[in-house]
Amino acid sequence: MDTRELYQDIILDHGRHPRNFHALAHATHSAQGHNPLCGDRVTVYLELDGDKIKDLSFEGRGCAISTASASLMTEVLKGKTVAAAEELFRDFHARVTGNPHPSSHPSHGLDDEMERLEPLTGVKAYPARVKCATLAWHAVEAALKDGNITVKTE
Amino acid sequence: MTAAKLQAAAKPGFDPRRIKRDFPIFERNPGLVFLDSAASAQKPAVVIDRVSDFYRTDYANVHRGVYRLSARASDLYEGARETTRKFLNAASSDEVVFVRGATEAINLVAYSWGTTFLKAGDEVLVTELEHHANIVPWQLIRERTGLKLVAAPIDASGGLDLAGFEKKLSNKTKLVAVTHLANATGALLPVEGIIRMAHQAGAKVLVDGCQAAPRLPVDVRALDCDFYVFSGHKTYGPTGIGVLYAKKDILESMPPFQGGGDMIEQVTFEKTTFQHPPYRFEAGTPDISGAIGLARALDYIEALGRDAILAHEEQLTGYGVDKLSSLPGVTLIGAGQRRLGILSLDLPGIHPHDLATVLDQHHVAVRAGHHCAQPLMDRLGLAGTTRASLGIYNDESDIDALASALIAARKMFG
Repeated sequence: MDTRELYQDIILDHGRHPRNFHALAHATHSAQGHNPLCGDRVTVYLELDGDKIKDLSFEGRGCAISTASASLMTEVLKGKTVAAAEELFRDFHARVTGNPHPSSHPSHGLDDEMERLEPLTGVKAYPARVKCATLAWHAVEAALKDGNITVKTE
Repeated sequence: MTAAKLQAAAKPGFDPRRIKRDFPIFERNPGLVFLDSAASAQKPAVVIDRVSDFYRTDYANVHRGVYRLSARASDLYEGARETTRKFLNAASSDEVVFVRGATEAINLVAYSWGTTFLKAGDEVLVTELEHHANIVPWQLIRERTGLKLVAAPIDASGGLDLAGFEKKLSNKTKLVAVTHLANATGALLPVEGIIRMAHQAGAKVLVDGCQAAPRLPVDVRALDCDFYVFSGHKTYGPTGIGVLYAKKDILESMPPFQGGGDMIEQVTFEKTTFQHPPYRFEAGTPDISGAIGLARALDYIEALGRDAILAHEEQLTGYGVDKLSSLPGVTLIGAGQRRLGILSLDLPGIHPHDLATVLDQHHVAVRAGHHCAQPLMDRLGLAGTTRASLGIYNDESDIDALASALIAARKMFG
């Protein structure tokens, strides 16, 4: 696989110019993700309104893959319900690890969102880099579950 | 020395292209540009065959059997100790303890020597260039002993700040634990002077020789260090074997690190007396084949000539410095007055892991990240670097391939 399939323009763009890259003043939930292997750190912030993710953002330092993944994640999760976010992560995780769900076309009605995330699934050809793509997602999962903690990808 | 002079100093016949053919990995992976020997070196066929032959021909446990096969295995194992003694120019093979690797060697010194002789307020002086293996063991025994861990600073050029080091040295310093050659940057430290200063202050000295042992002649008696440690797998030998050298009187003063078979004189349920060093520190069945494989690797290195290897590494390091520092958008991390065998790079705007993935696509194998030296990375203000490290099988074409791949990465990431 050519690295250009991994580093597609959208990845390079979000890696260089991440969206929603700041702390969130009215965050109700946040968590830190840490990859001890490379020292990458990401903090995610969420503002929940009932079961809806009203706003979310992130901060930290990381490689192009982890930064782009976090950036795209904030775009697709904004406005979603917690249940939809969890569904998206399950599906996304399965795709980047190359183990698609038995029901690999879930009927969650989130096809547009999955399409947005599609460029990231190139990491499945680079097992050492899968953790980069999932770091921010794990942090969001932890923030939703426990409110305020640090998760490690290792 | 100029590159041309160094080339002339190299032993006639030292030919990395020929040496490369001694290493089967390159035959099985054509086009591989292996620049990660600092993490672990590849193995020559003679080492692989030696380990395999030993299992096929001479294998039995050591120091136990009265039968001839066991005696033969014991002779080979003790022969490996003697080969290692010569490699370090130690005074006696009793000063050579086989361990799993340099990490275990340092932990052995920390737990055995450290918890016996260090007390609250005593200081262990390391440097900002250390590998985690020469930081964390001292922190672990800090809880038990109350020792204070002190780090000597680096200077602006990336070398050890000798004046700063001297300032940290005091009569409280009981041990100086210092790298011979910094794994993250390639800075070669003036350990002779460091050891002299430390001894004047009344401190013992441990030298981490992981990166130095495969690259330059090491003479522990000339250095007068108290402890010297290195790993077999970075010295073209097997994994799972390493060496702790310590002066005999110091080893004799140290209690066992682990208890078990082979390290005892007499055991009753009331009391056990222990073997003399080095056996006191080798509880249980040791890595017999590892030691024998390591000895074969050391013989292989000696046959190539350690001065010749040093000249080769210096020449190729110089070539790498010239080549890589001329590339736009590539910063070579400083290594002080003298750099050897390791080139650590920062490409601003490109994360080391992204870079390593792209380099891998060009068949260039490098290490990316913090190199188990997070305090140094913090000091340099970097999340990590991309590290190319050299071995006896590398030549200019490997550096050229790295340079081309760096240019391609720079183009891709902007």
